[in-house]
Amino acid sequence: MALEVDGQSIELDEEGYLVDLSSWTPEVAKALAAEEDVELTDEHWDIINFLREYYEEYQIAPAVRVLTKAVGKRLGKDKGNSKYLYSLFPYGPGKQACKYAGLPKPTGCV
Amino acid sequence: MATKKFMFVNRKAPYGTVYALESLEVVLISAAFEQDVSLAFIDDGVYQITKGQNTDGIGQKNFSSTYKALGDYEIKKLYVEKESLEERGLTPDDLMDLVWEDEDDDWAEKPSIILVDRSEMTDVLADQEVILSF
Amino acid sequence: MAMLHIVNKSPFERVSFRSCLNHAKAGDSILMIEDAAVAAMDNTSFSDELKAAMADKSVYVLGGDYAARGLSEDRMIDGIKSVDYAGFVDLTVENETTQSWL
Repeated sequence: MALEVDGQSIELDEEGYLVDLSSWTPEVAKALAAEEDVELTDEHWDIINFLREYYEEYQIAPAVRVLTKAVGKRLGKDKGNSKYLYSLFPYGPGKQACKYAGLPKPTGCV
Repeated sequence: MATKKFMFVNRKAPYGTVYALESLEVVLISAAFEQDVSLAFIDDGVYQITKGQNTDGIGQKNFSSTYKALGDYEIKKLYVEKESLEERGLTPDDLMDLVWEDEDDDWAEKPSIILVDRSEMTDVLADQEVILSF
Repeated sequence: MAMLHIVNKSPFERVSFRSCLNHAKAGDSILMIEDAAVAAMDNTSFSDELKAAMADKSVYVLGGDYAARGLSEDRMIDGIKSVDYAGFVDLTVENETTQSWL
């Protein structure tokens, strides 16, 4: 699979995740979201940016439980719950948000 | 599901074989099952958590920083055997500063590494219900 | 006939490193790679044995493997030479034969 972004072909695996994590740009995130008819809002970006920082620091995509707790700490309790995260990423905050953030599927996420 | 005491025993240096990385991945997955998980670093396993690891020269992913995420996964007990460090010319200062944040104590950072001698490690192992060796 | 001995197992885990030291001749070279790189550190339970072997043999370590395990150059046994992959190749060329202690 491949995705066309700004005239560049970005390679995706069979589940739609980036093959080369370094090929990510914000434009790639928008294009990945558009594939699923999602328009990224500031609220989406808060989570995407958080995931990218987490990956940079720990070299893993966090499990949903870890993501939820960490978002609660960083962005407030009203956002650190699965209801809020699922409202932004209905296909699962782990899978869907990590995909847009250009990260691998979270370890332990089936 | 009843909670059991799970211990992952790490006895090999990272990068030379795949054991250390495999163990870490299973540990992260197992955290989803909300068991009482602890890790033991014995023998060459202590090299897994040394600080300053630099894999630029071998073209492998440096996964040492992932151990710093263990606290987020509610894994707060990392037993390190003193004798294993000493035999390798290492001291606790050579290990990464691995901590967990206590949500009930205003996110205060608390140390995860528990330094034990060989006889204490024997007791820790004897106290487990499930032991997975890597 | 100088020989290059390549060791890739930690001396704290397997006997292959010790076996290598027992079988290497004066004038031979020993290269530590992968998990064997940890033996380049000084003040370990193995360093005296390695230093004794260095009396009549040259010992090298693949620097990348040593650094990957978080070990610093200033704590390496004096006299061990750190090499990169190009140095590894040079060693195999300089020696007539190579023996791997797996």
